[in-house]
Amino acid sequence: MKKSWPILVVDDEDVMCESMAAWLREDGYRVDTASNGQRALELARATDYAICFVDLKMPGGMDGIETMMEIRRIRAEASVIIITAYATVDTAIQAMKEGAQEYIVKPCNPQEISMLVSRILKLKKLQSENAILRKKLTRQYRHHDIITKNPRMEEILALTKDIASLRSTVLIRGESGTGKELVARAIHYSGDRAEKPFIVMSCAALTETLLESELFGYEKGAFTGANSQSRGKFELADGGTIFLDEIGDISPKLQADLLRVLQERRFYRVGGTQEVTVDARVVAATNKDLLDEVKQGRFREDLYYRLNVIEIRLPALRDRREDIPLLAEHFVQRISTELGREIGGISGAAMKLLIAHDWPGNVRELENVIERSIVTCRNGMLDEVDFSWLQKTGAPQQSWEVPDVSLDELERRAIITALERRHGNVKEASIALGIDRSTLYDKLKRYEISH
Amino acid sequence: MNALYLVSIGSVPQETWEWVENAAADWFPLPIRRLPPLPIPPSAYDAKRRQYQSVEFMKMLAQHAPQDAERILGLTDVDLSIPMLSFLFGQAQLDGPVAVVSLFRLHQEFYGLPADDNLLRERTVKEMLHELGHTFGLTHCSDSKCAMSLATHVELVDSKSEEFCSRCGLHLVHRFAGNGEI
Repeated sequence: MKKSWPILVVDDEDVMCESMAAWLREDGYRVDTASNGQRALELARATDYAICFVDLKMPGGMDGIETMMEIRRIRAEASVIIITAYATVDTAIQAMKEGAQEYIVKPCNPQEISMLVSRILKLKKLQSENAILRKKLTRQYRHHDIITKNPRMEEILALTKDIASLRSTVLIRGESGTGKELVARAIHYSGDRAEKPFIVMSCAALTETLLESELFGYEKGAFTGANSQSRGKFELADGGTIFLDEIGDISPKLQADLLRVLQERRFYRVGGTQEVTVDARVVAATNKDLLDEVKQGRFREDLYYRLNVIEIRLPALRDRREDIPLLAEHFVQRISTELGREIGGISGAAMKLLIAHDWPGNVRELENVIERSIVTCRNGMLDEVDFSWLQKTGAPQQSWEVPDVSLDELERRAIITALERRHGNVKEASIALGIDRSTLYDKLKRYEISH
Repeated sequence: MNALYLVSIGSVPQETWEWVENAAADWFPLPIRRLPPLPIPPSAYDAKRRQYQSVEFMKMLAQHAPQDAERILGLTDVDLSIPMLSFLFGQAQLDGPVAVVSLFRLHQEFYGLPADDNLLRERTVKEMLHELGHTFGLTHCSDSKCAMSLATHVELVDSKSEEFCSRCGLHLVHRFAGNGEI
């Protein structure tokens, strides 16, 4: 492991460079030396040093602080340790302010330096592990992991890319299970906040006071059991994104608090007297019609407009049936691997069944249905029989009053509704109506509907 | 066959030779020869620190190494250091021919305690094995009992054994095995 962390020693005295390098090499490190700042920079351009020991005083040319600053410009991740003599400790402290990781007064105890090096490298190891994990997460939530060939969804994906690096608040609307959190993650991980935290908070499950302390944190002694200060989700999301799920469920008091955070980007911890400033992008989601909630007086109008700067409406799965085969195959592949079961795929008849189902629980329901069928599947291929329970236990069809009109009128209204729901998209409307596009055009002409 | 040369720089206690030669013979399958003592190089003395720069010792050893020297180990009774560190028990060229061990801080007297020859023998052997181990390509070992573990104070010297761990020992066996190339 040690060999992967190269170290650079910069000092104008050869003896100093060579003896220090020899000592570190005995410890298994790859060590280079440079007798001046210029040479150090040349080396730093070629090698990603984990640690650079830089002597503070180097006569002629660049001194230690300049060298350090230049090295850090080339290698922001490199830890610079300033070497100093007793007489120049003040300057060394200055060097710390300029970004040195540490300073050591020479000569120093061998134990001190050996501990310093291993402490820094331990930190480097954690940092690099962290970076790898972050990269993994980002890959997991890249846009093309949202599976769709539905034009409306594709438009949404394009929009999330456009808004990824903005700071504006986003409101995602959609029935439960349509992938609101997935879209929120896609926005976060494709923007310039990707390296910072993405914090999820579901607002539905908690009582007002609990939610308040979860969101804003609390001070020691703020309430019984608050034994130490705790940072809330907003603070944890500093620099990143906070995803507030089921925002339509929060109490009037929290609505007011949230409005203040959105307006001023500042808040108080519960029981706190000092304001906390945060820079967290807010992405909120709801399955309620918030405007209706506003009309009913249950949701603050000003908060609604603060949240609704950019609105994304996710279609229900039944309105993007063409995605069902894609999603189903994807889930079969993923879940069968996870469960260690060999499943060849979904039979044609079973797929028809899945496409026809109404999916009140949307993509999440589809995922669960596939998982259950894989668990109970007996012959390596998901067939009709594996989904036979689906129709029986599926949610009841939504009931509606059939208006007392002619069949033609009924058809005309159905077409208009289908078009309206899809913002005039004929292709989508035809899929929803279960007829092909040319038939839909014929009917549009026949009923004199302009779209 | 090339030899391992031992040489004192300044004077070292007479019995040291026996300790060092016996232990070295146990681990390094090379002829062991002794050179006439070398004087302490005057340029090595750092009056401000009242210590000796080990780099000067290493340079001198390299100059005095005979043609057939596979490795040369200097032993000294003065306090060694390098500019960066306050002291050294010894120093070696990693995978190179030269090493030096200082007995100065291995004496109990240095710590204000009564002399203890047995302890001095153990410590000297450990440091000799450690520095020669470096010259044969070994770096510090994470096994605290192994002679190659890093000792930054004398208690750590005492807590290791006068042996290489099996992994470091195996490394040496591979080095010495086969075509005689070290």
